[in-house]
Amino acid sequence: MTTGVHPIASTAPENVDTGDLAPRPGFGKLTLRNVGKIYDPEGAAVVAASDCSIDIAAGDFLAIVGPSGCGKSTLMNIIAGFDTLTSGEILLDDAPLATLERAPRPGSDRVVVFQNGALFPWKSVLENVMYGPLVQNALDRAGAEEKALDLLRRCGGLDRVAASYPAQLSSGMQRRVEIVRALMNDPKVLLLDEPFRAMDTVSKTTMHEHLLQMYRVCRKTIIFITHDLEEAIFLADRVVVMTSRPGTIKTMLDVTLPRPRTAGLLISNEFRELKAQLSTAVHEEAKRAFERGEKEQA
Amino acid sequence: MSSAEETLPKTNTATAKTSSKPGRRKPKLPLPNWRGSVAVLGFFLLWELLVRLEVSGFAQIPSPLTVVKVLFSTYIVDPDYWISWITSFQRVLYGFVLAQLLGIPLGLLLGTRKTFNYLFYPVIELLRPIPPLAWVPLSILFWPTAELSIVFITFIGAFFIIVINVHDAVRDIHKEHLWLAQSLGASRGQIFRRIIVPSVIPSIAVGMTLGIAVTWNVVIAAEMIAADSGLGRLTWEGYVSHTGPVVIIGMISIGIAGYLSTLIVDRVEKRMMPWRTSH
Repeated sequence: MTTGVHPIASTAPENVDTGDLAPRPGFGKLTLRNVGKIYDPEGAAVVAASDCSIDIAAGDFLAIVGPSGCGKSTLMNIIAGFDTLTSGEILLDDAPLATLERAPRPGSDRVVVFQNGALFPWKSVLENVMYGPLVQNALDRAGAEEKALDLLRRCGGLDRVAASYPAQLSSGMQRRVEIVRALMNDPKVLLLDEPFRAMDTVSKTTMHEHLLQMYRVCRKTIIFITHDLEEAIFLADRVVVMTSRPGTIKTMLDVTLPRPRTAGLLISNEFRELKAQLSTAVHEEAKRAFERGEKEQA
Repeated sequence: MSSAEETLPKTNTATAKTSSKPGRRKPKLPLPNWRGSVAVLGFFLLWELLVRLEVSGFAQIPSPLTVVKVLFSTYIVDPDYWISWITSFQRVLYGFVLAQLLGIPLGLLLGTRKTFNYLFYPVIELLRPIPPLAWVPLSILFWPTAELSIVFITFIGAFFIIVINVHDAVRDIHKEHLWLAQSLGASRGQIFRRIIVPSVIPSIAVGMTLGIAVTWNVVIAAEMIAADSGLGRLTWEGYVSHTGPVVIIGMISIGIAGYLSTLIVDRVEKRMMPWRTSH
């Protein structure tokens, strides 16, 4: 990590594309306008998210950080169509996606990768990746297989494990396959919900470089949820800090670090500077949440 | 994506398929357990000794040597003995398979259809705690032949177990799997066939393992009460006619039969879950 050698160079097979960032895609512009969500199952209204406005340009990599329960996952679930909003609206490529009148539906243009992983254990890696186009009847079996193997190969030589079942892979490998399964549908937006949460620092760094490589190869709009500040800065173009209860946007930080980004960046002054700025914002928020938590318990 | 055709390594995929083919390992033979062998031998010696010394309670119990003698001299060559095997196995097979055929769809329906669940789950809950053998008298009254009533009781033994296992499994399916299938564009039918059904297969396997054990318990008892054939009847007749060796032969046969059934069910389960055999 500190040797300055690009780890991809040593871990990835030779046939991997390590060129420049792919051009901005023509779709995937996401606009959140004053989005709010109130859960009211038993009359006791819980504000999960309130007045969240974010503009994400097509092909941008956005990270959302914040303490647990700040509504990060709620926002993501609304965008994915697993949940409804109770105020505001969301536009995808300027067309309404979720509004008060129009409940969003899950679709292959907005695919989520969950923190605990959701590969189908009874399907091989290849079958998992082929699942989307097959159920949508978008491709026939041969076509889907070809596309899946090609995508797996370009995303760090994963075609080597195409015949394996998920349980035979490490959790890092599983998560990468899952991202490939999402990319297989050419989504407009890729939603990553703390996908590397349970990983140790070393595997995480490797995963980050794999993800950035996938991003470089198949550039999509990405929303990446995490509570790891370094992860957010290292990966994203912009970091949104959310507060908890109600979940609102506290601040946004543009990450000006150049791409392609490598592990060496983590010890650069620029990186530390950004992390310091972000830490201050998050720390204030964490402290507030902590104190409020104590009050609630007293 | 445009360079897919020429760079796609065909050989690579072929090797990937054969080299990492899951679940193809040499079966590991257990190491010889000499302590265990000594213990088993000791058990039979002790038994023989207790019978020969006419320790109280052992007066009517045959010695292991007598059992072996009777088994090899008369039973192993007696077609009736083997017919008892086949009869019991058939009853287990019919009851068990019928329980799976009806129980798995019912469990799926109960797990996936709310209205159906509200209507029928209470009935299941009401009948489930009744032990299968408590059904014997009613079953004999209801079914026209003894054969049918025994198969029915055997069926009851495995039925509720599989229904409850499948029902619970449907409720425990990861919501992420369902969400993801929706996101990827699966229709309701596809979600049912490709997500819900495979998700509950491990629980079906558990239900089958438990069910086959109960089925053998039930069939033996039912045969003792209501049948004129089968391994249970053989054992009971040995008792009624005061022929101790037959009782023991019956017991051992039932043990072996149960063990064989478990092996078969294990094999079936492994085939149902190729993704589980590899770790």
